[in-house]
Amino acid sequence: MIKIQNIRKRFKRLNALNDITVEFRKGQVIALIGPNGSGKTTLIRSILGLVKPDSGKIYCNDIAINETVEYRDNIGYMPQVGRYPDNMKVGQLFTLIKNIRGLEKNTDEELYYKFKLDTILEKPMRTLSGGTRQKVSAALAFLFDPEILILDEPTAGLDPLSSEILKSKIIAEKKRGKLILITSHVLSDLEEFTTDIMYLNEGKMIFFKSIDEVRSETGEDKLSKSIARIMRDQQKTELQYFKIAR
Amino acid sequence: MSHLLKISKYVLYDIARNKVMIAYTLFLLIASMGLFQMEENSSKAVLSLLNIVLIVIPLVSLVFSTIHWYNSYEFIELMLTQPLSRNKVLLSEYAGISSSLVVAVLIGLGVPILIYNFNAVGLSLLLIGCLLSLVFTSISFWASVKSRDKARGIGVALLLWFYFTLIFDGLLLLVLFAFSDYPLEKFTLIVSSLNPIDLGRIFIMLQMDVSALMGYTGAIYKEFFGSSLGLLYTLGIMILWTILPLWLALISFRKKDL
Repeated sequence: MIKIQNIRKRFKRLNALNDITVEFRKGQVIALIGPNGSGKTTLIRSILGLVKPDSGKIYCNDIAINETVEYRDNIGYMPQVGRYPDNMKVGQLFTLIKNIRGLEKNTDEELYYKFKLDTILEKPMRTLSGGTRQKVSAALAFLFDPEILILDEPTAGLDPLSSEILKSKIIAEKKRGKLILITSHVLSDLEEFTTDIMYLNEGKMIFFKSIDEVRSETGEDKLSKSIARIMRDQQKTELQYFKIAR
Repeated sequence: MSHLLKISKYVLYDIARNKVMIAYTLFLLIASMGLFQMEENSSKAVLSLLNIVLIVIPLVSLVFSTIHWYNSYEFIELMLTQPLSRNKVLLSEYAGISSSLVVAVLIGLGVPILIYNFNAVGLSLLLIGCLLSLVFTSISFWASVKSRDKARGIGVALLLWFYFTLIFDGLLLLVLFAFSDYPLEKFTLIVSSLNPIDLGRIFIMLQMDVSALMGYTGAIYKEFFGSSLGLLYTLGIMILWTILPLWLALISFRKKDL
Protein backbone atom coordinates (compact mmCIF):
# COMPACT_ATOMS: atom_id res chain seq x y z
CA MET A 1 0.00 0.00 0.00
CA ILE A 2 2.79 2.39 0.82
CA LYS A 3 6.09 2.00 -0.97
CA ILE A 4 9.06 4.11 0.00
CA GLN A 5 12.07 4.14 -2.29
CA ASN A 6 15.45 5.54 -1.31
CA ILE A 7 14.21 8.65 0.36
CA ARG A 8 16.68 11.05 1.85
CA LYS A 9 16.13 14.22 3.79
CA ARG A 10 18.63 16.57 5.35
CA PHE A 11 17.80 19.46 7.67
CA LYS A 12 20.94 21.57 7.51
CA ARG A 13 23.46 19.40 9.36
CA LEU A 14 21.00 16.80 10.62
CA ASN A 15 20.58 13.75 8.46
CA ALA A 16 16.91 13.11 9.22
CA LEU A 17 16.32 10.31 6.71
CA ASN A 18 19.16 8.44 5.11
CA ASP A 19 18.28 6.25 2.14
CA ILE A 20 15.19 4.50 3.42
CA THR A 21 13.51 1.87 1.28
CA VAL A 22 10.57 -0.02 2.67
CA GLU A 23 7.14 -1.32 1.79
CA PHE A 24 4.10 -1.44 4.03
CA ARG A 25 1.21 -3.76 3.21
CA LYS A 26 -2.45 -3.98 4.02
CA GLY A 27 -3.19 -5.57 7.39
CA GLN A 28 0.18 -4.71 8.89
CA VAL A 29 0.45 -2.80 12.12
CA ILE A 30 3.88 -1.29 12.04
CA ALA A 31 5.58 0.08 15.11
CA LEU A 32 8.13 2.74 14.26
CA ILE A 33 10.70 2.64 16.99
CA GLY A 34 13.88 4.53 17.57
CA PRO A 35 15.56 7.02 19.90
CA ASN A 36 14.49 10.68 19.91
CA GLY A 37 15.49 12.43 16.73
CA SER A 38 15.90 9.22 14.78
CA GLY A 39 13.63 10.41 11.96
CA LYS A 40 10.33 8.71 12.81
CA THR A 41 8.23 11.86 12.62
CA THR A 42 10.08 13.04 9.51
CA LEU A 43 9.25 9.74 7.82
CA ILE A 44 5.59 10.09 8.74
CA ARG A 45 5.47 13.70 7.62
CA SER A 46 7.12 12.74 4.33
CA ILE A 47 4.38 10.18 3.71
CA LEU A 48 1.81 12.88 4.39
CA GLY A 49 3.57 15.28 2.05
CA LEU A 50 4.26 17.84 4.76
CA VAL A 51 7.99 17.32 4.39
CA LYS A 52 9.43 17.16 0.89
CA PRO A 53 12.25 14.59 0.65
CA ASP A 54 15.47 15.68 -1.07
CA SER A 55 15.46 12.55 -3.20
CA GLY A 56 13.61 9.28 -3.55
CA LYS A 57 9.97 8.48 -4.13
CA ILE A 58 6.97 7.54 -2.06
CA TYR A 59 4.06 5.64 -3.58
CA CYS A 60 0.67 5.24 -2.03
CA ASN A 61 -1.41 2.58 -3.79
CA ASP A 62 1.11 2.75 -6.67
CA ILE A 63 0.63 6.46 -7.22
CA ALA A 64 3.56 8.75 -6.53
CA ILE A 65 2.46 11.08 -3.76
CA ASN A 66 3.91 14.23 -5.25
CA GLU A 67 1.61 13.89 -8.24
CA THR A 68 -1.69 13.91 -6.43
CA VAL A 69 -3.33 14.94 -3.19
CA GLU A 70 -6.25 12.52 -3.38
CA TYR A 71 -4.25 9.75 -1.72
CA ARG A 72 -4.66 11.65 1.54
CA ASP A 73 -8.35 10.77 1.33
CA ASN A 74 -7.28 7.27 2.41
CA ILE A 75 -5.14 8.44 5.31
CA GLY A 76 -6.16 9.29 8.84
CA TYR A 77 -3.41 11.14 10.67
CA MET A 78 -3.08 11.74 14.37
CA PRO A 79 -0.21 14.16 15.06
CA GLN A 80 2.18 13.99 17.99
CA VAL A 81 0.95 17.31 19.33
CA GLY A 82 -2.47 18.31 18.07
CA ARG A 83 -2.27 22.00 17.31
CA TYR A 84 -5.44 23.68 16.17
CA PRO A 85 -6.54 27.25 15.55
CA ASP A 86 -7.19 28.95 18.88
CA ASN A 87 -10.56 30.47 18.09
CA MET A 88 -12.00 27.41 16.39
CA LYS A 89 -14.62 25.55 18.34
CA VAL A 90 -14.59 21.77 18.54
CA GLY A 91 -17.87 21.54 16.64
CA GLN A 92 -16.61 23.89 13.91
CA LEU A 93 -13.47 21.83 13.47
CA PHE A 94 -15.48 18.66 12.86
CA THR A 95 -17.89 20.41 10.49
CA LEU A 96 -15.04 21.94 8.50
CA ILE A 97 -13.16 18.67 8.11
CA LYS A 98 -16.36 16.85 7.16
CA ASN A 99 -17.04 19.54 4.58
CA ILE A 100 -13.59 19.11 3.09
CA ARG A 101 -13.62 15.34 3.00
CA GLY A 102 -17.12 15.25 1.58
CA LEU A 103 -20.38 14.99 3.47
CA GLU A 104 -21.57 11.94 1.57
CA LYS A 105 -18.84 9.71 3.07
CA ASN A 106 -19.56 7.17 5.76
CA THR A 107 -18.22 8.38 9.04
CA ASP A 108 -17.04 6.31 11.96
CA GLU A 109 -18.01 8.27 15.04
CA GLU A 110 -17.23 5.62 17.63
CA LEU A 111 -14.30 7.50 19.19
CA TYR A 112 -16.12 10.81 18.88
CA TYR A 113 -18.88 9.53 21.18
CA LYS A 114 -16.69 7.37 23.40
CA PHE A 115 -14.44 10.33 24.15
CA LYS A 116 -17.59 12.39 24.82
CA LEU A 117 -16.55 15.07 22.34
CA ASP A 118 -20.22 15.75 21.59
CA THR A 119 -20.48 17.39 25.03
CA ILE A 120 -17.77 20.00 24.35
CA LEU A 121 -18.75 21.16 20.86
CA GLU A 122 -19.01 24.80 21.91
CA LYS A 123 -15.57 24.97 23.54
CA PRO A 124 -12.82 26.83 21.68
CA MET A 125 -9.74 24.69 20.96
CA ARG A 126 -7.44 26.92 23.02
CA THR A 127 -9.29 26.11 26.25
CA LEU A 128 -8.79 22.34 25.84
CA SER A 129 -6.19 20.43 27.82
CA GLY A 130 -3.44 18.52 26.05
CA GLY A 131 -5.21 15.21 26.63
CA THR A 132 -8.52 16.45 25.27
CA ARG A 133 -6.77 17.73 22.16
CA GLN A 134 -5.29 14.27 21.70
CA LYS A 135 -8.82 12.87 21.88
CA VAL A 136 -9.95 15.32 19.20
CA SER A 137 -6.98 14.33 17.02
CA ALA A 138 -7.75 10.64 17.47
CA ALA A 139 -11.43 11.06 16.69
CA LEU A 140 -10.53 13.03 13.53
CA ALA A 141 -8.03 10.41 12.38
CA PHE A 142 -10.58 7.59 12.60
CA LEU A 143 -13.57 9.66 11.46
CA PHE A 144 -13.52 8.82 7.77
CA ASP A 145 -12.78 5.14 8.11
CA PRO A 146 -9.52 5.50 6.14
CA GLU A 147 -7.55 2.54 4.78
CA ILE A 148 -4.32 3.84 6.27
CA LEU A 149 -3.95 5.14 9.80
CA ILE A 150 -0.88 7.05 10.86
CA LEU A 151 -0.65 7.60 14.59
CA ASP A 152 2.23 9.60 16.02
CA GLU A 153 2.56 8.91 19.75
CA PRO A 154 -1.17 8.21 20.08
CA THR A 155 -1.34 7.35 23.76
CA ALA A 156 1.01 10.04 25.09
CA GLY A 157 -1.00 12.38 27.27
CA LEU A 158 -4.15 10.28 27.38
CA ASP A 159 -5.55 9.06 30.69
CA PRO A 160 -5.56 5.27 31.22
CA LEU A 161 -9.24 4.91 30.42
CA SER A 162 -9.06 6.86 27.14
CA SER A 163 -5.83 5.10 26.28
CA GLU A 164 -7.64 1.77 26.59
CA ILE A 165 -10.51 3.01 24.42
CA LEU A 166 -8.03 4.05 21.74
CA LYS A 167 -6.11 0.79 21.93
CA SER A 168 -9.22 -1.34 21.55
CA LYS A 169 -10.18 0.83 18.57
CA ILE A 170 -6.78 0.20 17.00
CA ILE A 171 -7.21 -3.55 17.53
CA ALA A 172 -10.68 -3.43 15.96
CA GLU A 173 -9.33 -1.57 12.90
CA LYS A 174 -6.44 -4.01 12.63
CA LYS A 175 -8.97 -6.85 12.43
CA ARG A 176 -10.66 -5.02 9.58
CA GLY A 177 -7.40 -5.29 7.64
CA LYS A 178 -6.14 -1.74 7.72
CA LEU A 179 -2.59 -0.56 7.46
CA ILE A 180 -1.63 1.13 10.69
CA LEU A 181 1.62 2.98 11.35
CA ILE A 182 2.37 3.83 14.95
CA THR A 183 5.25 5.52 16.68
CA SER A 184 5.45 5.22 20.42
CA HIS A 185 7.93 5.08 23.22
CA VAL A 186 5.51 3.14 25.38
CA LEU A 187 6.43 -0.31 24.12
CA SER A 188 4.02 -2.14 26.38
CA ASP A 189 1.21 -0.30 24.56
CA LEU A 190 2.43 -1.59 21.21
CA GLU A 191 2.75 -5.17 22.40
CA GLU A 192 -0.95 -5.90 22.01
CA PHE A 193 -1.37 -5.19 18.33
CA THR A 194 1.94 -4.77 16.49
CA THR A 195 2.71 -7.15 13.65
CA ASP A 196 5.96 -5.61 12.43
CA ILE A 197 8.69 -3.44 13.82
CA MET A 198 10.70 -0.85 11.98
CA TYR A 199 13.69 0.38 13.89
CA LEU A 200 15.26 3.69 12.97
CA ASN A 201 18.41 5.30 14.26
CA GLU A 202 19.92 8.58 13.11
CA GLY A 203 17.84 8.51 9.96
CA LYS A 204 18.84 4.99 8.97
CA MET A 205 16.60 1.97 8.97
CA ILE A 206 18.37 -0.56 11.17
CA PHE A 207 15.82 -3.30 10.54
CA PHE A 208 12.26 -4.03 9.51
CA LYS A 209 11.09 -7.38 10.85
CA SER A 210 7.96 -9.09 12.02
CA ILE A 211 7.43 -9.20 15.73
CA ASP A 212 7.92 -12.98 15.88
CA GLU A 213 11.31 -12.70 14.25
CA VAL A 214 12.34 -10.05 16.74
CA ARG A 215 11.17 -12.20 19.62
CA SER A 216 12.93 -15.33 18.47
CA GLU A 217 16.15 -13.49 17.63
CA THR A 218 16.46 -11.81 20.98
CA GLY A 219 15.06 -14.72 22.91
CA GLU A 220 12.88 -12.37 24.93
CA ASP A 221 9.16 -12.87 25.13
CA LYS A 222 8.24 -9.32 25.93
CA LEU A 223 8.55 -6.69 23.21
CA SER A 224 9.84 -4.04 25.57
CA LYS A 225 12.63 -6.34 26.70
CA SER A 226 13.62 -7.37 23.19
CA ILE A 227 13.79 -3.78 22.02
CA ALA A 228 15.71 -2.72 25.08
CA ARG A 229 18.18 -5.50 24.31
CA ILE A 230 18.52 -4.39 20.69
CA MET A 231 19.11 -0.81 21.76
CA ARG A 232 21.67 -1.91 24.29
CA ASP A 233 23.50 -4.09 21.76
CA GLN A 234 23.55 -1.21 19.35
CA GLN A 235 25.00 1.11 21.90
CA LYS A 236 27.66 -1.47 22.61
CA THR A 237 28.66 -1.73 18.96
CA GLU A 238 28.65 2.05 18.70
CA LEU A 239 30.86 2.21 21.75
CA GLN A 240 33.22 -0.27 20.17
CA TYR A 241 33.40 1.79 17.00
CA PHE A 242 34.08 4.78 19.14
CA LYS A 243 36.92 3.01 20.94
CA ILE A 244 38.43 1.82 17.67
CA ALA A 245 38.19 5.28 16.23
CA ARG A 246 40.07 6.68 19.14
CA MET B 1 -13.00 25.31 -6.18
CA SER B 2 -15.71 24.57 -3.63
CA HIS B 3 -13.05 23.56 -1.08
CA LEU B 4 -11.34 26.85 -1.65
CA LEU B 5 -14.52 28.74 -0.83
CA LYS B 6 -15.23 26.63 2.25
CA ILE B 7 -11.82 27.30 3.72
CA SER B 8 -11.79 30.99 2.87
CA LYS B 9 -15.24 31.28 4.41
CA TYR B 10 -13.86 29.88 7.61
CA VAL B 11 -10.82 32.20 7.49
CA LEU B 12 -13.10 35.17 6.85
CA TYR B 13 -15.37 34.17 9.72
CA ASP B 14 -12.35 33.87 12.01
CA ILE B 15 -11.02 37.30 11.04
CA ALA B 16 -14.43 38.99 11.29
CA ARG B 17 -14.31 38.48 15.05
CA ASN B 18 -10.73 39.68 15.29
CA LYS B 19 -10.42 42.82 17.44
CA VAL B 20 -7.58 44.26 15.37
CA MET B 21 -9.70 44.07 12.25
CA ILE B 22 -12.63 45.79 13.95
CA ALA B 23 -10.31 48.50 15.30
CA TYR B 24 -8.85 49.02 11.81
CA THR B 25 -12.28 49.44 10.25
CA LEU B 26 -13.35 51.85 12.99
CA PHE B 27 -10.12 53.83 12.64
CA LEU B 28 -10.64 54.28 8.91
CA LEU B 29 -14.28 55.17 9.47
CA ILE B 30 -13.62 57.72 12.23
CA ALA B 31 -10.61 59.28 10.46
CA SER B 32 -12.42 59.78 7.17
CA MET B 33 -15.67 60.91 8.81
CA GLY B 34 -13.69 63.38 10.94
CA LEU B 35 -11.77 64.79 7.99
CA PHE B 36 -14.89 65.27 5.90
CA GLN B 37 -16.65 66.91 8.86
CA MET B 38 -13.81 69.29 9.73
CA GLU B 39 -12.81 70.49 6.30
CA GLU B 40 -15.10 72.93 4.56
CA ASN B 41 -13.68 71.99 1.21
CA SER B 42 -14.21 68.30 0.53
CA SER B 43 -11.34 68.02 -1.95
CA LYS B 44 -8.98 69.24 0.79
CA ALA B 45 -10.33 66.49 3.00
CA VAL B 46 -9.67 63.96 0.24
CA LEU B 47 -6.07 65.15 0.04
CA SER B 48 -5.57 64.59 3.77
CA LEU B 49 -7.36 61.28 3.51
CA LEU B 50 -5.09 60.29 0.64
CA ASN B 51 -2.06 60.49 2.89
CA ILE B 52 -3.71 58.35 5.54
CA VAL B 53 -4.75 55.82 2.94
CA LEU B 54 -1.29 55.59 1.40
CA ILE B 55 0.43 55.10 4.75
CA VAL B 56 -2.03 53.14 6.87
CA ILE B 57 -3.50 50.67 4.37
CA PRO B 58 -0.18 49.18 3.21
CA LEU B 59 1.10 49.04 6.80
CA VAL B 60 -1.95 47.30 8.20
CA SER B 61 -2.26 44.95 5.24
CA LEU B 62 1.38 43.90 5.53
CA VAL B 63 1.55 43.48 9.29
CA PHE B 64 -1.90 42.01 9.78
CA SER B 65 -1.52 39.37 7.08
CA THR B 66 1.95 38.43 8.27
CA ILE B 67 0.80 37.95 11.86
CA HIS B 68 -2.30 36.11 10.72
CA TRP B 69 -0.21 33.80 8.56
CA TYR B 70 1.99 32.74 11.45
CA ASN B 71 -0.97 32.42 13.82
CA SER B 72 -2.79 30.14 11.43
CA TYR B 73 0.21 27.92 10.80
CA GLU B 74 -1.46 25.09 12.70
CA PHE B 75 -4.59 25.49 10.65
CA ILE B 76 -2.58 25.40 7.44
CA GLU B 77 -0.83 22.25 8.57
CA LEU B 78 -4.15 20.64 9.48
CA MET B 79 -5.54 21.48 6.06
CA LEU B 80 -2.49 19.98 4.37
CA THR B 81 -3.02 16.61 6.07
CA GLN B 82 -6.39 16.55 4.29
CA PRO B 83 -6.70 15.82 0.58
CA LEU B 84 -6.04 19.44 -0.39
CA SER B 85 -3.26 20.76 -2.56
CA ARG B 86 -0.86 23.38 -1.31
CA ASN B 87 -2.01 25.84 -3.95
CA LYS B 88 -5.57 25.53 -2.77
CA VAL B 89 -4.68 26.03 0.88
CA LEU B 90 -2.53 29.09 0.20
CA LEU B 91 -5.01 30.67 -2.18
CA SER B 92 -7.92 30.16 0.19
CA GLU B 93 -5.92 31.76 2.99
CA TYR B 94 -5.17 34.66 0.65
CA ALA B 95 -8.78 34.98 -0.41
CA GLY B 96 -9.92 35.02 3.23
CA ILE B 97 -7.42 37.60 4.46
CA SER B 98 -7.46 39.92 1.47
CA SER B 99 -11.24 39.98 1.21
CA SER B 100 -11.56 40.85 4.89
CA LEU B 101 -9.09 43.72 4.43
CA VAL B 102 -10.99 44.93 1.38
CA VAL B 103 -14.26 44.80 3.28
CA ALA B 104 -12.68 46.88 6.06
CA VAL B 105 -11.66 49.51 3.46
CA LEU B 106 -15.07 49.43 1.80
CA ILE B 107 -16.79 50.08 5.12
CA GLY B 108 -14.24 52.42 6.71
CA LEU B 109 -13.52 54.47 3.63
CA GLY B 110 -16.39 53.69 1.31
CA VAL B 111 -19.25 54.76 3.54
CA PRO B 112 -17.88 58.28 4.29
CA ILE B 113 -16.96 58.76 0.62
CA LEU B 114 -20.45 57.72 -0.38
CA ILE B 115 -21.94 60.27 2.01
CA TYR B 116 -19.63 63.26 1.58
CA ASN B 117 -17.66 63.00 -1.62
CA PHE B 118 -19.35 60.74 -4.12
CA ASN B 119 -17.45 61.63 -7.31
CA ALA B 120 -14.61 60.43 -9.51
CA VAL B 121 -11.92 61.49 -7.03
CA GLY B 122 -13.62 59.78 -4.11
CA LEU B 123 -14.18 56.60 -6.05
CA SER B 124 -10.58 56.48 -7.30
CA LEU B 125 -9.42 56.86 -3.70
CA LEU B 126 -11.61 53.93 -2.73
CA LEU B 127 -10.37 51.89 -5.68
CA ILE B 128 -6.72 52.55 -4.83
CA GLY B 129 -7.41 51.67 -1.19
CA CYS B 130 -8.82 48.28 -2.18
CA LEU B 131 -6.07 47.57 -4.71
CA LEU B 132 -3.34 48.46 -2.21
CA SER B 133 -4.89 46.03 0.29
CA LEU B 134 -4.70 43.25 -2.28
CA VAL B 135 -1.15 44.15 -3.33
CA PHE B 136 0.30 44.34 0.15
CA THR B 137 -1.43 41.19 1.37
CA SER B 138 0.14 39.41 -1.55
CA ILE B 139 3.58 40.86 -0.78
CA SER B 140 3.28 39.86 2.86
CA PHE B 141 2.39 36.29 1.84
CA TRP B 142 5.57 36.02 -0.12
CA ALA B 143 7.61 37.37 2.79
CA SER B 144 5.91 35.05 5.29
CA VAL B 145 6.33 31.90 3.21
CA LYS B 146 9.99 32.75 2.73
CA SER B 147 10.86 33.46 6.35
CA ARG B 148 10.48 30.68 8.85
CA ASP B 149 9.88 32.39 12.17
CA LYS B 150 7.38 35.01 13.13
CA ALA B 151 9.79 37.70 14.37
CA ARG B 152 11.73 37.64 11.13
CA GLY B 153 8.54 37.64 9.08
CA ILE B 154 7.18 40.73 10.81
CA GLY B 155 10.60 42.38 10.53
CA VAL B 156 10.64 41.79 6.79
CA ALA B 157 7.08 43.12 6.49
CA LEU B 158 8.01 46.35 8.29
CA LEU B 159 11.15 46.74 6.24
CA LEU B 160 9.15 46.36 3.04
CA TRP B 161 6.74 49.01 4.25
CA PHE B 162 9.63 51.39 4.96
CA TYR B 163 11.01 50.69 1.54
CA PHE B 164 7.77 51.39 -0.29
CA THR B 165 6.75 54.49 1.71
CA LEU B 166 10.09 56.18 2.39
CA ILE B 167 13.21 54.65 0.89
CA PHE B 168 11.91 54.26 -2.64
CA ASP B 169 10.79 57.90 -2.80
CA GLY B 170 14.13 59.03 -1.43
CA LEU B 171 16.01 57.09 -4.07
CA LEU B 172 13.71 58.36 -6.80
CA LEU B 173 14.20 61.96 -5.72
CA LEU B 174 17.95 61.42 -5.68
CA VAL B 175 17.88 60.16 -9.26
CA LEU B 176 15.58 62.96 -10.41
CA PHE B 177 17.82 65.53 -8.78
CA ALA B 178 21.00 64.12 -10.28
CA PHE B 179 19.55 63.99 -13.79
CA SER B 180 17.42 67.10 -13.59
CA ASP B 181 18.90 68.44 -16.84
CA TYR B 182 17.27 65.67 -18.83
CA PRO B 183 13.59 65.19 -19.67
CA LEU B 184 12.46 62.55 -17.19
CA GLU B 185 8.67 62.54 -17.53
CA LYS B 186 8.41 59.15 -19.21
CA PHE B 187 11.11 57.71 -16.98
CA THR B 188 9.35 58.83 -13.83
CA LEU B 189 6.11 57.34 -15.04
CA ILE B 190 7.73 53.96 -15.61
CA VAL B 191 9.70 54.02 -12.38
CA SER B 192 6.64 54.94 -10.35
CA SER B 193 5.05 51.72 -11.55
CA LEU B 194 7.72 49.93 -9.53
CA ASN B 195 6.04 51.20 -6.38
CA PRO B 196 2.30 50.61 -6.04
CA ILE B 197 1.99 53.34 -3.40
CA ASP B 198 3.54 55.94 -5.72
CA LEU B 199 1.41 54.81 -8.59
CA GLY B 200 -1.67 55.14 -6.42
CA ARG B 201 -0.64 58.60 -5.28
CA ILE B 202 -0.03 59.89 -8.79
CA PHE B 203 -3.26 58.35 -10.03
CA ILE B 204 -5.37 60.09 -7.39
CA MET B 205 -3.50 63.40 -7.42
CA LEU B 206 -4.10 63.73 -11.14
CA GLN B 207 -7.83 63.25 -10.70
CA MET B 208 -7.82 66.32 -8.48
CA ASP B 209 -7.67 70.04 -9.23
CA VAL B 210 -4.32 70.42 -7.46
CA SER B 211 -2.66 68.83 -10.49
CA ALA B 212 -3.10 72.18 -12.23
CA LEU B 213 -0.34 73.51 -9.97
CA MET B 214 2.18 70.98 -11.17
CA GLY B 215 3.09 72.81 -14.36
CA TYR B 216 4.08 71.25 -17.62
CA THR B 217 4.92 67.80 -16.20
CA GLY B 218 1.61 67.72 -14.45
CA ALA B 219 -0.13 68.47 -17.70
CA ILE B 220 1.55 65.55 -19.43
CA TYR B 221 0.59 63.21 -16.60
CA LYS B 222 -2.90 64.55 -16.45
CA GLU B 223 -3.35 63.79 -20.09
CA PHE B 224 -2.29 60.20 -19.47
CA PHE B 225 -3.84 59.41 -16.09
CA GLY B 226 -6.97 61.44 -16.74
CA SER B 227 -7.82 59.24 -19.71
CA SER B 228 -9.33 55.78 -19.53
CA LEU B 229 -5.96 54.45 -20.70
CA GLY B 230 -4.44 55.74 -17.46
CA LEU B 231 -7.08 53.97 -15.44
CA LEU B 232 -6.45 50.72 -17.30
CA TYR B 233 -2.70 51.13 -16.91
CA THR B 234 -3.00 51.67 -13.16
CA LEU B 235 -5.36 48.74 -12.78
CA GLY B 236 -3.09 46.50 -14.84
CA ILE B 237 0.05 47.38 -12.90
CA MET B 238 -1.75 46.93 -9.57
CA ILE B 239 -3.07 43.52 -10.63
CA LEU B 240 0.42 42.57 -11.71
CA TRP B 241 1.66 43.65 -8.29
CA THR B 242 -0.95 41.37 -6.74
CA ILE B 243 -0.36 38.33 -8.91
CA LEU B 244 3.43 38.33 -9.07
CA PRO B 245 4.24 38.12 -5.32
CA LEU B 246 1.40 35.64 -4.81
CA TRP B 247 2.74 33.48 -7.60
CA LEU B 248 6.24 33.58 -6.10
CA ALA B 249 4.73 32.69 -2.72
CA LEU B 250 2.96 29.70 -4.30
CA ILE B 251 6.17 28.48 -5.88
CA SER B 252 8.13 28.52 -2.65
CA PHE B 253 5.20 27.21 -0.61
CA ARG B 254 4.98 24.14 -2.83
CA LYS B 255 8.57 23.22 -1.99
CA LYS B 256 8.44 24.18 1.66
CA ASP B 257 8.81 21.73 4.56
CA LEU B 258 6.23 22.33 7.23
